[in-house]
Amino acid sequence: MSASLSTTRRRFVNWFLGTSVGALVLSILYPVLRFISPPKMPEATTNEVDAGPVTDPELAEKGFKIVRFGAEPVILIKAGENDFRAFTATCTHLECIVEYRKDKRLIWCNCHDGQYDLSGRNIAGPPPKPLTPLKVNLVRRGAGQPPSIVISRS
Amino acid sequence: MSVAAKVQAWLDERVPLSAVRELMAKKTVPVHKYTVFYYLGGMTLFFFICQVMTGILLMLYYRPSADEAFESVEFIMTTVPFGWLIRSIHSWSANLMIYFAMLHLVSVFFLKAYRKPRELTWVTGCLALFLAMGFGFSGYLLPWNKLAFFATKVGTDIAGSVPIVGEFMLRFLRGGDRVTGGTLSRFYGWHVAILPALMFAVLGLHLLLVQLQGMSIPPKIEREGKLRRPMRFFPGFLLRDLFGWTMALGVLAALAALFPWELGEKADPFAPAYQNIRPEWYFMFMFQTLKLVPGGEIFGIEYEAIPIMGFGLVGLLLLLVPFLDRGIVTRGKSPGFTAVGVIGVVYVVVMTAWGYHSLAPIWVVLATAALIAALGVGTYRPSMRGRK
Repeated sequence: MSASLSTTRRRFVNWFLGTSVGALVLSILYPVLRFISPPKMPEATTNEVDAGPVTDPELAEKGFKIVRFGAEPVILIKAGENDFRAFTATCTHLECIVEYRKDKRLIWCNCHDGQYDLSGRNIAGPPPKPLTPLKVNLVRRGAGQPPSIVISRS
Repeated sequence: MSVAAKVQAWLDERVPLSAVRELMAKKTVPVHKYTVFYYLGGMTLFFFICQVMTGILLMLYYRPSADEAFESVEFIMTTVPFGWLIRSIHSWSANLMIYFAMLHLVSVFFLKAYRKPRELTWVTGCLALFLAMGFGFSGYLLPWNKLAFFATKVGTDIAGSVPIVGEFMLRFLRGGDRVTGGTLSRFYGWHVAILPALMFAVLGLHLLLVQLQGMSIPPKIEREGKLRRPMRFFPGFLLRDLFGWTMALGVLAALAALFPWELGEKADPFAPAYQNIRPEWYFMFMFQTLKLVPGGEIFGIEYEAIPIMGFGLVGLLLLLVPFLDRGIVTRGKSPGFTAVGVIGVVYVVVMTAWGYHSLAPIWVVLATAALIAALGVGTYRPSMRGRK
């Protein structure tokens, strides 16, 4: 009788201690885990960016330039006399920034030799997906001035 | 064989755990009416552990530059989930750590626990307290608010007024002639790398020595032979320690939740200082002493430099107490040191109260003394089982 009473008391005390310690540990771990997971930062959405005039010397010389589109890099390519194309510049393989090889007429990622054609399609190397194309418009700002290249989300 | 037993057997073959287990089983704590003071060191250690944990967490979001420091702390306080809690605990625990370290020092001083063979334990303890104050001083600047900016200007300027080495010290502390973003990076380096490295070495040695030497029994208790059967460290004393730590954690969480640490306004090197600009409370007695010194100079030394060098000397003497106190070695008592200690404590408390134009510091000290006395009597008297 007394033995069973004391074992139930022991079990109760153990249960009580165990849950208290467990609750204490949880009450420490929960704020710490929440703290180390970074809060979501609101990002300004960009829909349109002026990439400068068509006569941009950098564009003429290298055949491309990287344009800031909000927080994202975008590659603007001069494929022909009046043929401008824009794609997201982040390689779909491991997030390096691509460049345009004028001699090969290919979009090239130097990190792992990923290759895309001038439509942004992944044609060789490791990239799994094509680059996302953006819309390019030439906008005349004023008489006598060269038109501006405007990139927008399609 | 159960899983736990298997794991234990596996470990026993590879790690000399049996030695540790033996040490744990053998370690005992003397029981007498001053046993309550044995908890103060452990309590200081608890607050230090809180500092390390929350400090590492704060590093995830803090940015140590004049342009971003204030904003990053603001981000922690307002945007990061539980950021206000982590930062407030870091600030509250820092203050409680220094307070308990001081209580620990004072109790060790009055119970003469520094006497042979514990001289080095005392020295490492004092060094750890100085390092802790260095943590406080360097950490104070990091939020880059007005209060921190001017406190750092004043603090480093005080170091600069010491003759001969002052100019070097000022430039060394500030990382240049002025308090700038460069000072902030420098203080950050000290706060999160250099001081922690030093602290781990000093504290490691301190704790190791305590383990090797065991607890000191006050000479008076030893003389009178008023010892009870000692308490086993494991589990008895450790469980009481852990109970105290749990209470301390509760108090910290309550303080942080009810009184989140303020951030204030961003530092502006071209704005006037606040009225009543103050250092942290544990520097207040020195700050107040300096306020009392008039301007002027003697033998090319500014009056101001005299108390500053005096505090340096007191720090050195404090470090050397075990080597200076010969009475405790030869006669087993040293009432002179006790008297000097009382004067020192009264001086610090009164100057702090004066500095704040408030009696609060006196009430805090009296309340602490009453609490420790009540705990001491409460844990000593009622149990008859421990009697020899």
